Amino acid sequence: MSKTSIKVTSEKLNLNECYHFVTADSCGGIAAFVGTVRNDTQKKKVTQLDFSTYKPMAIKEMQKIAKLALEKFNIQKIAIHHAEGMLQIGDIPVIITASAKHRKAAFEACQFAIDRLKETVPIWKKEYFEDGEVWVNAHP
Amino acid sequence: MKIKLLLFGITRDLLNANQVFIDVLENSSIQNLKKELHLKYPLLENINSYAIAVNENYASADLILQENDVVALIPPVSGG
Repeated sequence: MSKTSIKVTSEKLNLNECYHFVTADSCGGIAAFVGTVRNDTQKKKVTQLDFSTYKPMAIKEMQKIAKLALEKFNIQKIAIHHAEGMLQIGDIPVIITASAKHRKAAFEACQFAIDRLKETVPIWKKEYFEDGEVWVNAHP
Repeated sequence: MKIKLLLFGITRDLLNANQVFIDVLENSSIQNLKKELHLKYPLLENINSYAIAVNENYASADLILQENDVVALIPPVSGG
């Protein structure tokens, strides 16, 4: 049975699905990280975010992160789901869940996975403001 | 040989295309490809930095390109 669930989708992400994937009789704790679209950045009002992906590579990179998390931490299962397309304030671009015998490993795995995802997974967001738009991280 | 380069994020807007074709010599490395790319598209200097992926994996500067490789320009990522 697979220990990882990886998904890049234009459908609404489902926390319940990520939660149920990692449940196991032998686990004593499940940690979840849910990213949400914030309404401002650097004091500017954000109206929406558009996520584009290099999907086959994004899935590969997310799979690598999940595999590394399983090796590094004493976790049992991990799910990493990311959304693509236009998202509104409060929508969920990313969900990570991890289950473990003990809580520490589950927390650490979630933190590791979201930090690494932000560094390596080929996904790009464009922020829309009331007066324009900008690709995040692209300019010095 | 001709390399098809997939574009994403800001580079898609900068070059106003989803993909471009670059001519490189046989046995060219990623470093050579980047040089050609900058000569042909000086606009790319407007972005922070970028990586090159070959067959959906990040490629090091000394990797040698093969005919029919799937090559992609990866500008700074911002998922999550």
